[in-house]
Amino acid sequence: MALVLTEEQSMLRDSARGLISDKAPVSHLRHLRDSKDPTGFSKEFWQSFAEMGFAGLLVPEEFGGSGLGFVEAGVVMEEIGRTLMPSPFFATSVVAASALNRGGNAAQKSEFLPKISNGSLLATLAIDEGAKHRPLQTSLQAVRAGNGFKLSGAKALVVDGHVADLMIVAARTAGSAGEREGLTLFLVNPHAKGVAVERTIMVDSHNAARIELANVEVNADSVLGEVDQGARLLDGVLDIGRGAVASEMVGLSDEVFGRTTEYLKQRKQFGKLIGEFQALQHRAAQLYVDIEITRAAVMKALQALDTDVANAASAVAVAKARAGTTATRAVQEGVQMHGGMGMTDQFDIGFFMKRARVCEELFGDANYHTEQLARARGY
Amino acid sequence: MSDSRATDSETAELETFRSETRAWLEANCPPEMRKPATADTDVFWGGRNAKFSSEPQRIWFERMRDKGWTVPDWPKEYGGGGLSAAEHKVLRAEMGRIGARPPLSSFGIWMLGPALLKYGTEAQKREHLPNIAAGLIRWCQGYSEPNAGSDLASLQTRAESDGDDFVITGQKIWTSYANYADWIFCLVRTDPAAKKHDGISFILFDMTSKGVSTKPILLISGYSPFCETFFDNVRVPKSHVVGTVNRGWDVAKYLLQHERAMISGMGERGVGRPLGQIAADSVGTDAQGRLDDSILRGQIATFDVDEAALAACAERAVDLAKAGQAHPAFSSAMKYYGTELNKRRYEILMSAGGVDALEWESERSKQGARPRAWLRTKANSIEGGTSEVMLGIVAKRILDLPGA
Repeated sequence: MALVLTEEQSMLRDSARGLISDKAPVSHLRHLRDSKDPTGFSKEFWQSFAEMGFAGLLVPEEFGGSGLGFVEAGVVMEEIGRTLMPSPFFATSVVAASALNRGGNAAQKSEFLPKISNGSLLATLAIDEGAKHRPLQTSLQAVRAGNGFKLSGAKALVVDGHVADLMIVAARTAGSAGEREGLTLFLVNPHAKGVAVERTIMVDSHNAARIELANVEVNADSVLGEVDQGARLLDGVLDIGRGAVASEMVGLSDEVFGRTTEYLKQRKQFGKLIGEFQALQHRAAQLYVDIEITRAAVMKALQALDTDVANAASAVAVAKARAGTTATRAVQEGVQMHGGMGMTDQFDIGFFMKRARVCEELFGDANYHTEQLARARGY
Repeated sequence: MSDSRATDSETAELETFRSETRAWLEANCPPEMRKPATADTDVFWGGRNAKFSSEPQRIWFERMRDKGWTVPDWPKEYGGGGLSAAEHKVLRAEMGRIGARPPLSSFGIWMLGPALLKYGTEAQKREHLPNIAAGLIRWCQGYSEPNAGSDLASLQTRAESDGDDFVITGQKIWTSYANYADWIFCLVRTDPAAKKHDGISFILFDMTSKGVSTKPILLISGYSPFCETFFDNVRVPKSHVVGTVNRGWDVAKYLLQHERAMISGMGERGVGRPLGQIAADSVGTDAQGRLDDSILRGQIATFDVDEAALAACAERAVDLAKAGQAHPAFSSAMKYYGTELNKRRYEILMSAGGVDALEWESERSKQGARPRAWLRTKANSIEGGTSEVMLGIVAKRILDLPGA
């Protein structure tokens, strides 16, 4: 498969770009932040997003979705990265939809997927517990009780946690922290007794929450996939999420880079455009090369998720690691090359730096994924 | 959805090609040719005085040549395999799958061929391309001069018109394997009065012509892959000019794009054992089987991430070119990153090898293969345009930053 977008994918990109840049430029995020918007995104816009088929992009057509693949999801994520649009697309349409589609039984799929497609249901995955992303360290306990389970423990960085209608919670039904065996995914109603949700206002003004579960009762039908065998499902779903975040980071990096090179062509000092200085030219060129290489690595990973499942994990590790270092570099160079203006809140560039920092932590940072690759290669 | 149906049948044809190619390679690629070249003699360069270093090398070369697969995507009429871009990609992937070496290495294939296909006359194509494909003529590149390195267009080698001939006088430097080459493709100044880019011509001649001499240059690696090449009133027919007289810079630049693509592809990317395992041979592992030097392990893993990403980018660059979406200067971006990465690989290998990587002359060290290769890589970011020149090209031609 060629590592270029097909005509259909280019059209999808153009329509996503048109819609997002028109309705949700960076000023949209700024407004949500400054007005302390309780939802953290525009419900109205999410509805039009759903009407265009984006909310159910990954959902099979039989459940009202578009039945598209991860490359297409990445195309949309990249456009989201360009304007930093806060939306449920990542948590609901990519991560939760994939988890339900892959792990769900017939009843679960037909209950939830059509609602994801039409934009009426928001869902999220609750995975991280400590400061760093360590899925196997999951220790939130699920103990058998009657016909079901009781869940107790805490989660952090639950994206859209305070607005979600459904949480997919990774819990430990057996074994101990660090072990692959004994993980189980549960569908949890955030309004159930014993669930406490605290919205956390984050550095990037995007939605996240901490949740605490205290003896939350769920029935056996709430298990997503198989009891104790959730690691495999979780691996696949996390990799899909990682590929999507990496795409967002490519869009974000590219946008910062575009804004920065424009600035180099306008800003004058010492009687010259600062873009004439070789010191800045070479740094800009290096960053360009970094972004293009990362873009290719991310496309490769998304294609692997679609068609080359055996190699997907390594390709995703490469993509997320590269996306992390590239985005970090892009935003740092962006602020530095904008000089004092880059330090002002009035200038948008800082929003990109903040979002990049969160994307870097989301589902594993560059160190985490570099480590995964080293292990996969046996050294 | 007629598009996707067309794609389906193309995909089916391509899959047939893949399975046939896989079977053919399995049957025809000798096991000895399925590991990375480690010594100079592992590489077959062809030419009038070519010698095979082993029987498997000969067999592999001849079988591939007979299929036109020394140059798989060149037209069949010029000795190529006539493969489509998609088929060529499949062949490369299948060769990569079994670690098959290229059967023939050649500046004719990598550099001159593409330039002749674009700018050559029909007679020039018929004269030279089949000889390149069949490995009969070995070419060298007369570009750099002592005072024209990064600033290549300031070259001074003169070609004076004399009837139907040009008479060429001057000196080239860093001419790779000039002492083994049969012919040279050379940049000469045909109009000294014109602006520096406008008076250059691209010309071909036989290295046995009267007045041509070469002198190898001893490098820090202890090898002499490059020469100084001298021209003293060398007489060359004007019909040997490729493209238009005084427009040789266009040909030169086009060829440089291919040269840069070639150099960026250097290094045995993704072939053979993972670098971390090679390092473990000398560094050792801890109780969990991890490389017993956590800092080095991190450096290697970071390298592996970048290498895999670059491989994806190289694949994408080819796909973009096919789709007509490639920026012509993109090979400069690849050249910059690929060469810097290859230098990183050898710094890691030297660090991993420790004392074992320091021996210069011994059977045990294969005559210092690793340190010599390490030193050789330092030229990667100089030859074919320095990293700094590449970044300048990216800044100006791709990013459109204001010129100095």
